[in-house]
Amino acid sequence: MAFRKLAVAAGLTVALGMATSAQAETFKYAFQGELKGLDPYSLNETFSLGTLGNVYEGLTRRGPELEIQPALAESWEVVEPTRWRFHLRKGVKFHNGNDFTADDVVFSADRVRSQESDLKTRIGADVKVEKVDDYTVDFVLPGPNPILHYEWDTWGIMDKEWAEENDTVKVMSASDESPSYAGLHANGTGPFKITGHETGVKTTFEENKDWWDYGNKKFNIDSVELTPIGSDATRVAALLSGELDMVYPVPVQDIQRVDGNDGTRALTGPELRTIFLGMDQMRDELLYSNVKGKNPFKDPKVRMAFYQAIDMEAIKQKIMRGLATPSALMISPFQFALSDQFERFPYDPEAAKKLLVEAGYPDGFEVTMDCPNDRYVNDEAICQAVVSMLAKIGVTVDLNAQPKAKYFAKVLQSNGFDTSFYLLGWTPGSFDSWNILSNIIHCRSEEGSEAPFNLGGYCNPKVDEITAKVLVENDPDKRNEMIAEAFKIHMDEVGHIPLHQQGLAWGVADDVELAQRADNTLMFYHVNKN
Amino acid sequence: MTSGPETRAEFLSKPHGFTTRVLDSDILHSFKQSKLTMVAAFVTLAFIIGAAFAPWIAPHNPFDMASIDLMDSLLPPAWEEGGDSRFPLGTDDQGRDILSGILYGARASLAVGFASVLFAATLGITLGLAAGYLGGTFGTIVMRIADIQLTFPSILIALLIDGVVHGLFEGVSRADTAYWVLIVSIGLSFWVQYARTVRASTMVERNKEYVQAARLIGIPPGLIMLRHVLPNVMGPVLVIATINLAVAIILEATLSFLGVGMPSTQPSLGTLIDIGQDFLFSGEWWITIFPGFALAALVLAVNLLGDWLRDALNPKLR
Amino acid sequence: MTAFIIRRLLQAVLVMLVVALIAFLMFRFVGDPINQMVGIETTPEQREALRVRLGLRDPILVQLARFIWNAAQFNFGTSYQFKQPVSEMILQRMPATLELSMVSAIFALIVGIPMGVYTGIRREAWLSKLFLTVSLVGISLPPFLIGILLIFIFAVNLQILPSFGRGQVVDLGFWSTGLLTVSGLKALILPAITLGLFQLTLIMRLVRSEMLEVLRTDYIKFARARGLTERAVNFGHALKNTMIPVITVTGLQLGSIIAFAIITETVFQWPGMGLLFLQSVQNVDIPIMAAYLMLIAFLFVVINLIVDILYTVVDPRVRLDGGAAV
Repeated sequence: MAFRKLAVAAGLTVALGMATSAQAETFKYAFQGELKGLDPYSLNETFSLGTLGNVYEGLTRRGPELEIQPALAESWEVVEPTRWRFHLRKGVKFHNGNDFTADDVVFSADRVRSQESDLKTRIGADVKVEKVDDYTVDFVLPGPNPILHYEWDTWGIMDKEWAEENDTVKVMSASDESPSYAGLHANGTGPFKITGHETGVKTTFEENKDWWDYGNKKFNIDSVELTPIGSDATRVAALLSGELDMVYPVPVQDIQRVDGNDGTRALTGPELRTIFLGMDQMRDELLYSNVKGKNPFKDPKVRMAFYQAIDMEAIKQKIMRGLATPSALMISPFQFALSDQFERFPYDPEAAKKLLVEAGYPDGFEVTMDCPNDRYVNDEAICQAVVSMLAKIGVTVDLNAQPKAKYFAKVLQSNGFDTSFYLLGWTPGSFDSWNILSNIIHCRSEEGSEAPFNLGGYCNPKVDEITAKVLVENDPDKRNEMIAEAFKIHMDEVGHIPLHQQGLAWGVADDVELAQRADNTLMFYHVNKN
Repeated sequence: MTSGPETRAEFLSKPHGFTTRVLDSDILHSFKQSKLTMVAAFVTLAFIIGAAFAPWIAPHNPFDMASIDLMDSLLPPAWEEGGDSRFPLGTDDQGRDILSGILYGARASLAVGFASVLFAATLGITLGLAAGYLGGTFGTIVMRIADIQLTFPSILIALLIDGVVHGLFEGVSRADTAYWVLIVSIGLSFWVQYARTVRASTMVERNKEYVQAARLIGIPPGLIMLRHVLPNVMGPVLVIATINLAVAIILEATLSFLGVGMPSTQPSLGTLIDIGQDFLFSGEWWITIFPGFALAALVLAVNLLGDWLRDALNPKLR
Repeated sequence: MTAFIIRRLLQAVLVMLVVALIAFLMFRFVGDPINQMVGIETTPEQREALRVRLGLRDPILVQLARFIWNAAQFNFGTSYQFKQPVSEMILQRMPATLELSMVSAIFALIVGIPMGVYTGIRREAWLSKLFLTVSLVGISLPPFLIGILLIFIFAVNLQILPSFGRGQVVDLGFWSTGLLTVSGLKALILPAITLGLFQLTLIMRLVRSEMLEVLRTDYIKFARARGLTERAVNFGHALKNTMIPVITVTGLQLGSIIAFAIITETVFQWPGMGLLFLQSVQNVDIPIMAAYLMLIAFLFVVINLIVDILYTVVDPRVRLDGGAAV
């Protein structure tokens, strides 16, 4: 009996093997982390959302240059400043054959704001979602909001009937006893369906021939296989050996190797994430320093000294191998129109030493730096370089580099902002400056209910005032001027030390063409394999 | 082995020490006979001296952050094109001299190795002696603890202890705790071997006539154990310790790979290899190959010494 | 005998309880799981609410009791990061780890025993010395470096063996195996060598020293005196006698092979329990960590128990533990 089962299985394998080799349009790729679940609302993380974006679609989507395009909504208009009207696409079907209608949008809006959802910020809790007819939905806002739909490309619409039938209306929470249906199955409207998902091992996708935009499709692959490969060396090896069609990220030092190798190339580009240093400016005495009774970081001169002691050009060349853009601002120049008005303060260790003397620290001081070592591109190497550069102006930094789980557990709000000096990276999910102003630059309340990611507690009420105005300003030019003003104050006071926007590096086989989006997201409908 | 009854005076006056046994035996002779062993001893000694005197021998101090210049990073060995005579074996991604890194790294590796073996041996011998001699419930408990201990392979222990330490002493940086975490977690995975060896030997000796006799004439049990059992097990213990030293060094390197080894600001050989393996494909082979070679040479030498010691101390094989 | 086994069984249960306690206590201190479960923009209130729902705010004793009660039923709850039942995930990953461990143990035995016999019989041959030295080199490099070098040579440069994963697996319903397909077998080669190298050295040296000892015994001398051929003496008598310790040691090593698979699995992206465990450590996924630890402990206790019982059966001289204290 067991033998027969086995023989059947083996036969099946052979058949499958032949099928794939005949068509040869399976796209195999690897990412460094794994797809943790299939419920698009359970984890607010770039890779999960991006990958599930091939299966679930939002009312909007973003193109190769991240421009907002209509997707499940054909068009929309701002009827009144507080009422937005979305006209839904007709004839769209979910993978299970159900029709897509306004009910699904209302349902998804409720579900994405439910208790267990990790994407609650997509729509404010006080926004009313009203069905006008089967293909029209109104969003009624408590106040004007020009960036209402900026993050909706990652708010995938789910099928109401499907969710109810399978008892998966509620987003799964970790304390639930049984797994949720939506965590292991997917039913979207997108160009690809999930055909298999072994958590942490492999996820397989197949093209959806009934996709509403199938007529204009620009891809020729019919199935996709995603494998997580955590080890950098193994991931690169799998590409170099020809086992995979694409891997990402590629460590910056291996870009040349991938490019030089026959049959593979490296695709690089700027990423939106900004890496910066922060300093505790809130406590009267630093938690981790030999300076007692006062906090050196409260003095802008000390912060400026740190800024000017860091040689960003050397970090870019040596650690990032050119794949980084030193940044004067806390946001990528692609996301802020006036960023060319800003320039980094020059690298000048002599000036830095002088500033330290003026601030009353002629012999420097000691401070501990917290740094993740598996979160950003070469994060630990950057921190080490910063440590050695600061040593040259007399500041002794004790580096505490840890895996991200431990790092975040230590420095974030949940642990009372337990840090004196840290490295962090931030991508504004809305692609907009307000996100940065409100999360990182805004004054933080003691316990962090406001600006919870301003770990060091930089605070200037003037900046807060501008931030509040930015939120409700509908005129783009005026809005940009305001943002620039806030950024200028923050920069002159060295509220944080922005380092760079790190680069994206993907390794791709030569017979594959695809679009590399600056948010590090791979859309399968941009992939062609020859 | 004499096992006849002794008087108390005789017992105390007789040399039972390990050194005497070594000198009595032809161990020295066997050492001189084996060229491989002599080379191994030489290499080990060279490493120990190099590590101990690293601050005076090494051309640079890799821990002095102010002396490291990022612009010196990724230089190949001096004899390669683009090499710099200041850095004979090249530099790593931060601009640290590889040769100095190896000397200081061997220092860290050996320190962790010796300390953890010492910790394990002390713990194991004490518990083994006590368990073997006292037996009963106590012995059972010790051996059950040993079972539990074996349940947690060293890797798991290190990951767990590292986590606990950071949970308990929040804000203490890796650099300060790494040594202790490594010593305790590697040491904890070794003590069982000593305890079992010592306990077995103790249990055999316990029932011998001379021990009974010694007890009858009022020699305290602790002394009996120390004077009689310890010398008997010293051979195997030394062999275990030598092999453990080699394993400890490898284990520390492995833990570096898993992220709980010595921090990158105070690298051990293992940390250097782990940092370097990221540069293996990109052509900067010297960052990982030289420390890797140094580690292999050191461990191999120690292993060879352990091998020789085992054969030399085994009277049956002489 | 029965009393002995019952006593050991009770002790095993006690061991498991202690392991559970240690595991639970340690997990209380490993990072904050909440950060891993939610995205970076989740507000403090939401985080706190989740903490309460997970029971992380209950009194420690309540948490401990709940943990042990659930563990006894092999229920370790739902993974924080994957939102799936942990026992199911572990069972899914177990075949990969066990196949890798078994194959590397067999590899170590098949290669290690003949090498050990040879080096034992021909102590002075140059080949023996070569075997001994080369086998030492194998354990003188950290396993992760060996793995990466193997990938570098056989996957990247020669392109004859895969660098990651299990290849094509066949699902037998209760067990997914890579042993039935060519790609599955090819995928096993590098990881099995990486994992088995250490055991190989160990077994080779063990067989060698046992052979050396046995060959000196009167029993073998008699066999020789009886005029048996050298071959019959070496393999018929001597090797047979060395097998008991070899099998015991291999049995005991099996647990550590499974644990050391963590490294091999990480290097080769082998989808087994070890990889799952390491990822869960990095993500502070406590339920998975707990389940893995308890499973390893369980395997060890069982193997230990079997070895103990075999010992008393094979060698009656061994005193039953705790039976006769002086």
